Amino acid sequence: MTTIDARGYAHPEVLVSTEWVADHLQDPAVRIVESNEDPLLYPSGHIPGAVEVDWTADLNDPVRRDYLNRQGFEALASRIGITPETTVVFYGDKSNWWATYAFWVFQLFGHTRARIMDGGRLKWEREGRPLTREKPVYPPTTYRAPERDDSLFRAFRDQVLEHVRAHGQLVDVRSPAEFTGERLHMEGYPNEGALRGGHIPGARNIPWSRAANAEDGTFKPADALRAIYLEEQGLDPARPTIAYCRIGERSSHTWFVLRYLLGFNDVRNYDGSWTEWGNLVGVPIEK
Amino acid sequence: MAEYPDRLRQLLEDFRWMTDREERAEYLIELADRLQPVPEHIATRPYPPEAHVDYCESDAYVWAEDREDGTLQFYFAVENPQGLSARAMAAILDETLSGQPLEQVACVPDDIVLDIFGRNIAMGKGQGLMGIVARVRAAAQQRLVARQVPQNRE
Repeated sequence: MTTIDARGYAHPEVLVSTEWVADHLQDPAVRIVESNEDPLLYPSGHIPGAVEVDWTADLNDPVRRDYLNRQGFEALASRIGITPETTVVFYGDKSNWWATYAFWVFQLFGHTRARIMDGGRLKWEREGRPLTREKPVYPPTTYRAPERDDSLFRAFRDQVLEHVRAHGQLVDVRSPAEFTGERLHMEGYPNEGALRGGHIPGARNIPWSRAANAEDGTFKPADALRAIYLEEQGLDPARPTIAYCRIGERSSHTWFVLRYLLGFNDVRNYDGSWTEWGNLVGVPIEK
Repeated sequence: MAEYPDRLRQLLEDFRWMTDREERAEYLIELADRLQPVPEHIATRPYPPEAHVDYCESDAYVWAEDREDGTLQFYFAVENPQGLSARAMAAILDETLSGQPLEQVACVPDDIVLDIFGRNIAMGKGQGLMGIVARVRAAAQQRLVARQVPQNRE
C-alpha cells in the first residue's frame, strides 16, 4: 500500500497512518477516539490512550431523532478531555464506517482538527500493534463550541426534495438489494424500518464499501476512487451532491470520500436517509 | 418468559439486572470467549453457503445436529475476527438452546437480542444478530414439522 501522500487525494491531511498514531500515543495535543458499530470491541481492547465515542450513547439526542446540541457536544468534548486545539483522530471497525460518522458529527460543530486513521481497527490489529483494556481518564476540559451548523454538511428532506426536482446529484450507498427495494420484502427478515422500498429518484447506487480495501480497511487511492465515482458512475465533483443510506451512517463514509479524498466542493449527508424517505407520504420513489 | 428454555430464562434474568453498560460488555466479552470451534465432523472451511446467516456482516454460520434425546445441538462459526457481538450471541445460543425442548427453541423471539445487548446495539448489528437467532429457531421449527408429517398421515 502506497503512503497516504502518494495516493493523490484532494485533502490528504485528513488521514493519518497507523504508524503516525503509534508515534503520537503520548502526544497531549492528540486524542485518539474509537467509534465502532460493535459495542464490545472497545472494551475488549483498544489503542492505548484511546477513548470511546459511541454513536448511540454519545452522538445522538436521547429523545428526538437528531444529533446532540451544543451543550451536549461541549459535555462530550469535556469528558474526552479535548479543546478546540486538540487534534482528534478517529478510528473504528468496519473500514472506519463509524469513525467517519463521528468525524462528520464533529464537523457540524466545526472541529476541523479531525483526522481518520487509515485502515482503522483492522489495520492496527493486523500489524500486531498494542491493544489494552485499560480505560484512560483525562482531566475534564472546558470546550466552548459554536451552535451546531447543519448548513454545510447535512441535508434535510425538503432540501432533498428540491434537489430531486432540480435533477441534482444523489448517491445511494446502500446495497443493491436495498436500492432496488427487494430487501424490504425479504421473508423472515425484519424490514428496514421503512414502509416503502426503492430509492430516491435519480440516485446512483454506489455501495459505501467500494471505497475501501476489504483486506485492511484502508481507503483506495484517488485513481481507483475516480474510476468508480467519476468514470463508472458519472458523478461530477463540481456539482452539489447528497449522499444517503438508511440512517446516515454508511453515507458519512462516502461523504468523507467525496469531500476529502476526491475534493467534491459541495457534499451533504442526508441522515434522514431511507428510514425517513421510505416513510414519507407522497414523495417520489424509484424502483 | 415462562415459555423460554430454562437456561435462556436464567441468562435473560441476569441481563435484566445489568444496567451498567460496561458491566454488560465485560460479561458479553467473557461469553464470546467461550464460543467453541465447529467440530470437523460438522463442517470444515470454506463453510457452505447454506449455513451462512443472511445479512449478518460478521459472517456467521449456524449448523444443527440431531441428538439422541430428540433435541438439537447447535454449532456456530463467526468468521469476521471483529465480530465480537456475533460470537457472544452464538455462545449464548449454544449454551442456552442446545439440548433444550424443540417446542421452546422454535418459539424463541428475535427480541432476546435486545434483552441481551440492550439499546447499545446498532440497528444493523441488531438485525444481523437476530438473523442468527432466526436460523436456530428455523432449524427447530423444521425438525418439528418433519416429525409431524408422518403422524398426520397415520
